[in-house]
Amino acid sequence: METFIHQVVAGIATGGVYASLALALVMIYQSTHHINFAQGEIAMFATYMAWTLINAGVSYWLAFVCTILLAFTLGVLIQRIIIQPVEKAPVLNVVVVFIGLLVILNSIAGWVFTYTIKSFPSPFPKEPPFGLHFISSHELGSIGVTLVLLVLLYGFFKFTPLGLAMRASAQNPDSSRLVGIRVGWMLALGWGLAAAIGSVAGMMIAPVVFLEPNMMSGILLYAFAAALVGGIDSPGGAVLGGFIVGILENLLGAYVIGTELKLSVALVLIIVVLTIKPAGLFGKVIVSRV
Amino acid sequence: MSNTSSLAPVATALPWIRLILGMGAACALPFFITNYHVFQASLVLCYAIALVGLNILIGYSGQISLGHGAFLAIGAYTTAVLMDKFDMPYWMTIPIAAAVCLAVGFLFGLPALRLEGHYLALATFALAVALPQLLKFKHLEFLTGGVQGIVIMKPESPFETLFGLKLNSDRWLYFFTLTVTVIMFVIGWNLIRGRIGRALIAIRDQPIAAASMGINTPLYKSLAFGVSAMFTGVAGALSAILVAFVAPDSFTVFLSITLMVGMVIGGVTSLPGALYGAIFIQFIPNIADQISKAAPWAIYGVMLILFMYAMPTGIAGALRLLGQKIRPHNA
Amino acid sequence: MSRILLEVKDLHAGYGATEVLHGLSMQIEEGSITTLLGANGAGKTTTLRALSKMIKVRGQILFDGQAIDALATEDIVRLGVAHVPDGRGTFGSLSAEENLQLGSYTRKDKKEAALDQEKMYAYFPRLKERRHQQAGTLSGGEQQMLAIARALMLRPRLLLLDEPSFGLAPLIVKEIFDIMRTINTVDKVTILLVEQNAAMALDLASHAYLLETGKLVLSGRSEDLKQDEAVRRSYLGH
Repeated sequence: METFIHQVVAGIATGGVYASLALALVMIYQSTHHINFAQGEIAMFATYMAWTLINAGVSYWLAFVCTILLAFTLGVLIQRIIIQPVEKAPVLNVVVVFIGLLVILNSIAGWVFTYTIKSFPSPFPKEPPFGLHFISSHELGSIGVTLVLLVLLYGFFKFTPLGLAMRASAQNPDSSRLVGIRVGWMLALGWGLAAAIGSVAGMMIAPVVFLEPNMMSGILLYAFAAALVGGIDSPGGAVLGGFIVGILENLLGAYVIGTELKLSVALVLIIVVLTIKPAGLFGKVIVSRV
Repeated sequence: MSNTSSLAPVATALPWIRLILGMGAACALPFFITNYHVFQASLVLCYAIALVGLNILIGYSGQISLGHGAFLAIGAYTTAVLMDKFDMPYWMTIPIAAAVCLAVGFLFGLPALRLEGHYLALATFALAVALPQLLKFKHLEFLTGGVQGIVIMKPESPFETLFGLKLNSDRWLYFFTLTVTVIMFVIGWNLIRGRIGRALIAIRDQPIAAASMGINTPLYKSLAFGVSAMFTGVAGALSAILVAFVAPDSFTVFLSITLMVGMVIGGVTSLPGALYGAIFIQFIPNIADQISKAAPWAIYGVMLILFMYAMPTGIAGALRLLGQKIRPHNA
Repeated sequence: MSRILLEVKDLHAGYGATEVLHGLSMQIEEGSITTLLGANGAGKTTTLRALSKMIKVRGQILFDGQAIDALATEDIVRLGVAHVPDGRGTFGSLSAEENLQLGSYTRKDKKEAALDQEKMYAYFPRLKERRHQQAGTLSGGEQQMLAIARALMLRPRLLLLDEPSFGLAPLIVKEIFDIMRTINTVDKVTILLVEQNAAMALDLASHAYLLETGKLVLSGRSEDLKQDEAVRRSYLGH
């Protein structure tokens, strides 16, 4: 029974990471209707930046904050310089640009930091919290950080003028311009925030999966699946989807199929869900008039 | 009007002249280059067939697949298993691989077509991820050879010479591949020009109108999947014969992504585009490697992005625009 | 003679390869209500879209003496031009109050903006009742009021209104037109009104322009246009 609880808790911890990345995906999707396939690589790159800072002697939490700011800047720059020129291009062209971006980031990370696996420190103690057996301190801390992040984001979007402007730009760019919002910069801001969220996700998962250039590909796939399960246009759904996928993955791996095939089985299950509920669990089924 | 009518026979003959010249060059090619380059040229033809298949699905039928590498794998493994375990001659495995992939593609398409856009992308992506894992699966090793894969015998050329020119194994296989490529391109051309092609385009552009005109949309969408899988399966079968080896790690997700990239860069909804895209897929990584040994994929990525900025309609589209600029008054 | 707030010289605009406006010239006096009349397809909506640069234009547009034809929409808005588009352009998934807050997004004087919000609720009590309701679920008339209120939250100097009477019951239309009269006289907002309902528009406005297939065919004071034979027959029904 204890292992079951531990699997569930571990699932919630990794689920938090998936939820954060899924939220980043949904944010960019809502404002641009594009899936950012490079989201994982941006997160990986940011985690490497954190690693560099920590190795240079910077304290963990200071490096944490600096990385978030650096990732934010990186996201803004990528949107303004690389993505903005193809904003109006056909979907497939944009997908190729994302793939190009993915490959560039992966390759540069491998070149600068090499492909050897590195360990990434966890800011949380090694001993389990309060003597509990079913959860590690890192898992608890990771869940805590994720929740703080999600609450801050929710507060930002719901209660600040800038958050309101971003929501407006995502919904209706033309009307947003008519109230004076610089929609282009709102998009850049969205990218910056998504990159920042990704960096937090990366720093939380790196102690568990170890730091190497390919660490995020499986995770991005889970995040994508989570976003779809929750409904690609629903931030709340994406978050919930992330936790569901995390728990599902852990339980499948522990009890059903073992680690080699758990990715496949998880994906198949998710697809089955989508064939039953094509818009995701919380997505809006948009009835369009012909 | 009168001065263009005398040019009209030339204008209509031009595409045929280009085709005949192209075929001539293709036939002469293997005798002027090294065996390794002949092998690479054969692989380009394989990729071209796969890209035609992908184009039928994405370009003409408006669906998406991030998982066509899986059909390359299924075609390749069908050939490998038939040749290795059943001693089947290599040329006989091609139609069987085609049939298998047609069936698998159609069956995959049936439930998958309930999903649209991103959801379908995920489903196909899942297929691409799952298949290599399945190929490595312990309990299927008796068939698939597990992680190590299957080694097959590279076929020898049945003829010593062709019109006095020496035919070795690589050259023979090149001509074999070329023949299959021509057959597949002709099939593709007929499909696209015919009823099926028009139905697919109708479904792509105005799905509701198409359905109300009596087009059995689910059937055609699954058919599109099946046919495109068939093309890709043939390409996979050919590649297995050429490389003489199949293994799960040859068919990663990255292969599926490469196919899609190749299609977009070559030019969507364009048969010549399949060829340009295939050339890109085969040779650009080598060029990128020469530019930078340290981070070749970064160069590759940069080239992908630059191609999308400079040639949004693909290489085929860019050539078409160039042609229009040179002959603006062409009727 | 009042100042000219908006001056348009030889304006050409259209959609893609199709040109809809063929050399439009007009002058809007500060503090006036001007109406732009014309049949469907004459180019009235296109004119407003050109003025707020939602489409590409050729020609000169001067707002308070400053050339704005090269500016982007959001910059023109920040100069004090508010455009209520056809279809209202409300943010359907946001609440009515959030729509109003967006109207004052560019303003630096937050306290004044909050007071303006109360003023809007005074003009449109129905909106106050539904302030937290999703804008997309409001009735047509309420959405029109919301759109106008949102535009007014900018404290604009020039208000561009595209067919505010469209699809609304006559009583609601009268309510809206009364409010427009108020904001013009009390808040000194210059209004350019595009309308199909020529009778009501000519009652409200002091000046009028008549647009036919992208060209201005008539302009002058409303009283004069009301008496014009062709206008009476084609647009006023008598």
